[in-house]
Amino acid sequence: MNKLDFEHRQSAHCENGVAANIFQYNGINIDEPLVFGIGAGLFFIYIPFLKVNQGPAVSYRPMPGWIFSRASRRLGIDIKREHFRSIDKSFEALDRNLDKGIASGLQVGVYHLPYLPDEYRFHFNAHNLVVYGKKGNEYLISDPVMEHTTSLTKDELARARFTKGVFSPRGHMYYPTTVPHSFDFEKAISAGIKRTTHDMLAPVPYIGANGIKYVSKKILYWKENHGIKKTNHYLAQIIRMQEEIGTGGGGFRFIYGAFLQRASEILNRPELFELSHNMTKIGDDWRAWALLASRVCRNRDKESDGYERLSKMMIQISKQEKQFFLDLKKTMK
Amino acid sequence: MKKEEIPQDRSKLEDKNIREVCYAVDKDGKYTTGLSTGWEAKSIALDLSMEHLNEQIEEARQAVLNGSKSPIYYFMWKEKMDVGVLAGYMHKYRWKIKRHFKPKVFNKLNTNTKAKYAEIFGIELKQLENFNE
Repeated sequence: MNKLDFEHRQSAHCENGVAANIFQYNGINIDEPLVFGIGAGLFFIYIPFLKVNQGPAVSYRPMPGWIFSRASRRLGIDIKREHFRSIDKSFEALDRNLDKGIASGLQVGVYHLPYLPDEYRFHFNAHNLVVYGKKGNEYLISDPVMEHTTSLTKDELARARFTKGVFSPRGHMYYPTTVPHSFDFEKAISAGIKRTTHDMLAPVPYIGANGIKYVSKKILYWKENHGIKKTNHYLAQIIRMQEEIGTGGGGFRFIYGAFLQRASEILNRPELFELSHNMTKIGDDWRAWALLASRVCRNRDKESDGYERLSKMMIQISKQEKQFFLDLKKTMK
Repeated sequence: MKKEEIPQDRSKLEDKNIREVCYAVDKDGKYTTGLSTGWEAKSIALDLSMEHLNEQIEEARQAVLNGSKSPIYYFMWKEKMDVGVLAGYMHKYRWKIKRHFKPKVFNKLNTNTKAKYAEIFGIELKQLENFNE
């Protein structure tokens, strides 16, 4: 039996959680919101022409892996990422890391994780978890979205590590190689905030605050051109991207609020604390949007102008986010 | 979201005793976390997506029964896959997979290929050959 002294802390989002727990294991005092903010995890994008589950491709976060990479880079931590062609080699490498006392992050497919409810098991390949030990034929798993640690047999883990489709992990394993003795949190936080304001204010119609406005118009377009049924399916998809396990509520806006409060303590800037209240309000508006959207989807007849209201609400949110990130940019100057 | 407003609605998460972390603020506006059993809005969205999926599976079933698609098409939907995922598992091009959706082509496939499909879908070969769903 081989077990690392690894502390499992539940988190809202898998990638932040894995990063925070692995960093903590390596002696860095860091929590989920800090990783999220330094890794510039807040985002919004509508990807045109691409369909996910026959619905629109809308995301409230950047590409999988980016949060971890950016946070590591900004803290000066070197990480190694390995991919494998052979299942045996991938497990040899994992066992080798466990022998060396390295907690490794793995990218896995959700579809093959038996501890999740069936409804949540779809072919999404960018989930993250940590392997922190081995007991006989079972690997000890710290999946950050779960309250407690769990375990998977080698076969189960092999299936999850070698799933196919978009973001196919190919046994993807990652871990820190060198960790510096001291960290410049101030610099890392400033860099993270700068990146987020840059992204959210991007002068591109599909990204950031502009992207939200674009989708708000799309809702009316869908209703006119694709009919109610398809529009409802699309809305359901957006709600799931925004609220489903992993966002901490409100499409990551609340985690970002928590990050701003941590940042205000570390940088000693009370104005960031004030700004975090605005972020909370924006998060609440997203929640209200999701609630209305779900009701519009269900009671199709009762509210005749439901889609118009949803669209208007989103335009409001877009305006608020634009203002918010302009303020944040000004504060950080 | 205030901490005491973190929703505790019924959801599919209960089946596996899962509660998820939510970020919320206390009465001074300071952030903290709490656990949620689920939220109505999310359950509705998830239900809608599942209904959509089930409709597709049913359509695929009908298509196989009336002879316009091969059983591979049905089992792909049933396993929540799409052509890209199935092509990945089969180590084949997507257009080849789509060709196998044609009953005429499917009937000419050799047993090895069919067995590989059956293995990926987690079914017996005869379930694939004698469609009876």
